[in-house]
Amino acid sequence: MSDKQTKARRFPMRLDIKNGKVDMAHGSGGRAMAQLIEEIFLKHLDNELLNQGNDQAMFNTSAGRMVMSTDGHVISPIFFPGGNIGSLAVHGTVNDVCMSGAKPLYLSASFIIEEGYPLADLNSIVESMAAAAKKAGVAVVTGDTKVVEKGKGDGVFITTTGIGVVPDGVNISGDKAAVGDAILVSGTMGDHGVAIMSSREGLEFETEIQSDSAALNGLVAAMVEAVPDIHCLRDPTRGGLATTLNEIALQSQVGMQLIEKQIPVQPDVTAACELLGLDTLYVANEGKLICICAPDDADKLLEVMQQHAHGKDAAIIGYVIEDEHGFVQMETTFGGSRIVDWLAGEQLPRIC
Amino acid sequence: MKYVDEFRDGDVAKRLGASIRRAADTDRSYNLMEFCGGHTHAIFRYGVQDLMPENVKFVHGPGCPVCVLPIGRIDNAIALAEEHGAMLCTYGDMMRVPASGRKSLLKTKAAGADVRMVYSTQDALKLARENPHKEVIFFAIGFETTTPPTAVAIKQAQAEGLKNFSIFCNHVLTPAAIQHILQSPEVREMGAVSIDGFFGPSHVSSVIGSEPYEFFAEEFQKPVVIAGFEPLDVMQSALMLINQLNEGRHEVENEYTRVVTREGNLKAQALVAEVFELRREFEWRGLGMVPYSALSIKDAFSEFDAEVKFNVPKIVAYDVKGCECPSILRGVKKPTDCKLFGTVCTPENPMGSCMVSSEGACAAYWSYGRFRQPTADGNNKANQGSNA
Amino acid sequence: MCLAIPARVVSIEEATESAVVALGNVKKTISIALLDDVHIDDYVLLHVGYALHKISEEEAARTLAMFDEAELIEEFEGGDS
Repeated sequence: MSDKQTKARRFPMRLDIKNGKVDMAHGSGGRAMAQLIEEIFLKHLDNELLNQGNDQAMFNTSAGRMVMSTDGHVISPIFFPGGNIGSLAVHGTVNDVCMSGAKPLYLSASFIIEEGYPLADLNSIVESMAAAAKKAGVAVVTGDTKVVEKGKGDGVFITTTGIGVVPDGVNISGDKAAVGDAILVSGTMGDHGVAIMSSREGLEFETEIQSDSAALNGLVAAMVEAVPDIHCLRDPTRGGLATTLNEIALQSQVGMQLIEKQIPVQPDVTAACELLGLDTLYVANEGKLICICAPDDADKLLEVMQQHAHGKDAAIIGYVIEDEHGFVQMETTFGGSRIVDWLAGEQLPRIC
Repeated sequence: MKYVDEFRDGDVAKRLGASIRRAADTDRSYNLMEFCGGHTHAIFRYGVQDLMPENVKFVHGPGCPVCVLPIGRIDNAIALAEEHGAMLCTYGDMMRVPASGRKSLLKTKAAGADVRMVYSTQDALKLARENPHKEVIFFAIGFETTTPPTAVAIKQAQAEGLKNFSIFCNHVLTPAAIQHILQSPEVREMGAVSIDGFFGPSHVSSVIGSEPYEFFAEEFQKPVVIAGFEPLDVMQSALMLINQLNEGRHEVENEYTRVVTREGNLKAQALVAEVFELRREFEWRGLGMVPYSALSIKDAFSEFDAEVKFNVPKIVAYDVKGCECPSILRGVKKPTDCKLFGTVCTPENPMGSCMVSSEGACAAYWSYGRFRQPTADGNNKANQGSNA
Repeated sequence: MCLAIPARVVSIEEATESAVVALGNVKKTISIALLDDVHIDDYVLLHVGYALHKISEEEAARTLAMFDEAELIEEFEGGDS
């Protein structure tokens, strides 16, 4: 019996992707759910392991160290300039895995969908997810779908977990920043947060800024190959550059000295932050990384980064210093000094 | 960005710093109060203090409408959201300010009330138009800069015949606050911190003009320089204040001439006068009762006055024991003089008005200036750490 | 206080007393109800969605010149730096 015939028997009518909505039946484990999985998830995510159709994916492992990372994605709005929750989920987890220096291999994806959510949107999300996974060279090998009653979810929540393998000789960790190390960023700060805010109700403003959401495993692989002894890598997501640097400073028990004029920021991101009274340093990024390395490795890493599509605006932005208080300090463009402190709660637009 | 970047130029800053150093008389100190939270923010955010000589000190004043709003009024706003099923619209600044019972607008929203953060009164009007069956209440705060936008909203609501729109008015007045500080015992007494001169507010002045400050300069014999919002404006204004003090003058000078005129924005002033009237007195957190310092909505527009529409009660709430905000707001004490600073009171858990908003003296000091170790002479030098 | 930012007027809609202003390439629709006589390419001071005042190009230039005055005096007097 051909594949087509098998499918034709199981689902007499195709899902109405154009106008249909997700309902409770789609999460109940029966035929409706099987159809949803087949005609949306399997259709786009399509890979050998997933297509086996088991509740788990089985694969061989290699010797050495592995990493695992998980993320819940609850972003609003779900569709934003430069991406959507699906592509964001893949990029986010791939990045978390590869910040250890690991090569990411497999992802799992668990969806919690609100009753009434349009199938067209769900289809777009999964399609984006598949495209992002393909581009990053990873596969979504197992997943789960649940539907919750209307009002109990915010459209769609996605949780992704990823695993990867760490090459020998690579020991990257947030507690390895050493006094004298150089601090580098892979590109412009604040793009994602501004893109999100521009579409948020009550704050709308017109801009061409797109989210920078991207998978960085290719960039990391190139960096690790050039300099295996990178000390720290982290992607400055929620809370922005400032929060991530403070985290590392705390973990490594060091201070940091940044030079504001060396931090790359797109002019429109600066303008949007001025408009809303936000500090660019605290605005989220989804396709950038911070790298801390020995001072002698900085120039080489910078060159490697700048030659990669996701690192063309890379820059050295400061140095690790001795400081028992763990302050992240910054020399301002004005010539004075300030500290770049932890964020106290989410940054909100202000009037004064 | 035009009219912004040129006023943040680091090279010009160095030269201005040198001029200030030359002008400042080493035999005396200059205590210059920046009334506006915006100036406090600019000073800390750019590290302007590092370019000034040690004998020129910035004293941070109470120019933060978020900080000076009494807790009782926030309690009122929370009650409006909770009790009337209304859409309570607010500027972002107010969302996290703690009120009584550890509540805040943000927490009230989390508990299910319809609290909406908006950028402008225009957004609140839009919500009222789109939701005719819901009451939309706008939580109006701010000095004279932010008052005309509320006046416009009320007039537009009236013109459109909106029945579901009202304002909870907490607008306050700058000159009244400055006067109150200048008349307070700690400031008038010798021996306590003296304030030698003022940086006049930038944007309040764009609306009310520079004329209202002439009274202070004359009455209290202190120079006032209306200072722009950018760090170079602040430095130039400091230089102008220093020159006035050296020459024994006490005039109102205007550094922010690109936006401030002597008369201000007459159209905005007229609109405000049409819609609002003076309250006999109003409580300012940390300053107590200040006469003729706040506005309420005139009877002619009472259908847009949430206090009338919803019978808003007067709530008296008290500040935490040990909180030194009253002294800090007058520039008599520094954040580090308060026992609660950095221990119990932090930006995550603010106890008093100076910590609630990022413009408040304590919050600004915490976020930007904490790394400065006080030296023996009471100045703050940045701890640069060392590069091994 | 009162976060306000200079923005350039890009288009005007008289009927609703509103305008689109630009900061760099970021655009926002705002109210010009508080001003009379606004023209395209004017710079206005923007605060909570309203234009509060026009920015005077002439005065801005004068202020910038004032910052440099001190240096000129220094050079003239052959002063220290």
